[in-house]
Amino acid sequence: MDEVRLIEVKQDIHADNEKAAEELRRWLAEEKTFLINLMSSPGAGKTSTILSTIERLKGSLRFGVLEADIDSMVDAEKVAAKGISAVQLRTGGFCHLDAAMVARGLEGLDLDALDVVIIENVGNLVCPAEFDTGAIRNVMILSVPEGDDKPLKYPLMFTVCDVLLVNKIDYLELSDFDIEAMRQRVAKLNPGIRIFEISAKTGEGVEDWASWLGREAKDFIKD
Amino acid sequence: MHELQVTERILDIVLKHAAGHEVSKIVRIHLRVGELSDLEDEWLQRYFDYLSRDTLAENAELAIEKVPIVVRCESCACSFEIQKDQFREAVCPDCGESGFRLVSGREYFIKNIEVI
Repeated sequence: MDEVRLIEVKQDIHADNEKAAEELRRWLAEEKTFLINLMSSPGAGKTSTILSTIERLKGSLRFGVLEADIDSMVDAEKVAAKGISAVQLRTGGFCHLDAAMVARGLEGLDLDALDVVIIENVGNLVCPAEFDTGAIRNVMILSVPEGDDKPLKYPLMFTVCDVLLVNKIDYLELSDFDIEAMRQRVAKLNPGIRIFEISAKTGEGVEDWASWLGREAKDFIKD
Repeated sequence: MHELQVTERILDIVLKHAAGHEVSKIVRIHLRVGELSDLEDEWLQRYFDYLSRDTLAENAELAIEKVPIVVRCESCACSFEIQKDQFREAVCPDCGESGFRLVSGREYFIKNIEVI
């Protein structure tokens, strides 16, 4: 009987992706393109938040959008209909985007003509949290109808994000969503996270979030 | 949910390491996976069995060691372990504050492989 030997591997399964993400960030800094990774559950309002954010900033910054969808063009068509440069990445069953997919998607946009690119990640609170896309900032949306307990169910997502947008805030009065409880739960996971309460539909609160984004982007792309 | 992609990476990495070591068979693969990961051990193994057919790693067992979630208190900088379902009531055992940074719990690490 052959003897069993041990071979040391000591390798991180995500190491390749993390390296690709770091390279992409360096390249974005040279290109002066501010890349945002927007994540949420399906139906939390990613596309409408993107449109309502760009509407407020389009006078001062040039936007592009990278749409990820399992197998449809619906969101990209909605964004392109507003005259915004959009690329659709069909993930073909993949539940998330990684840095290599994002880098490929960016090739489809004329980055010289853009200041900010927003990635609309696959609607999913699990997998996208585990893969660094190479974005400069991670932003997530939690919509009021989803409930205030999402930070307890999907802690990693709330841990990796720089900004939390609490969308559909116009539904707050109709629901039993406890915003203070939600804030405390999120603060436990990620004390540094910025929280903006918005309604992409009515426009409430979008100004504050858009101003923050505009400042961050201009800071990043200035000479 | 992305077990398939992770499994492909595991297989790629172990086959690369086996090459050049005169390996006739990979028997066991030792992994360290963070508790915060949502990967299901059973599915990892099922995908692995499927993908590894006709390779050196066919029938290899995935031995998965879970890495606990450890957080550091933002106020007093002490580190402590926390259960995934305890975020709700967690406070720092030293100072009683409730703002934390994640120290471990997200890993996906291949430690070593047992081969013949």
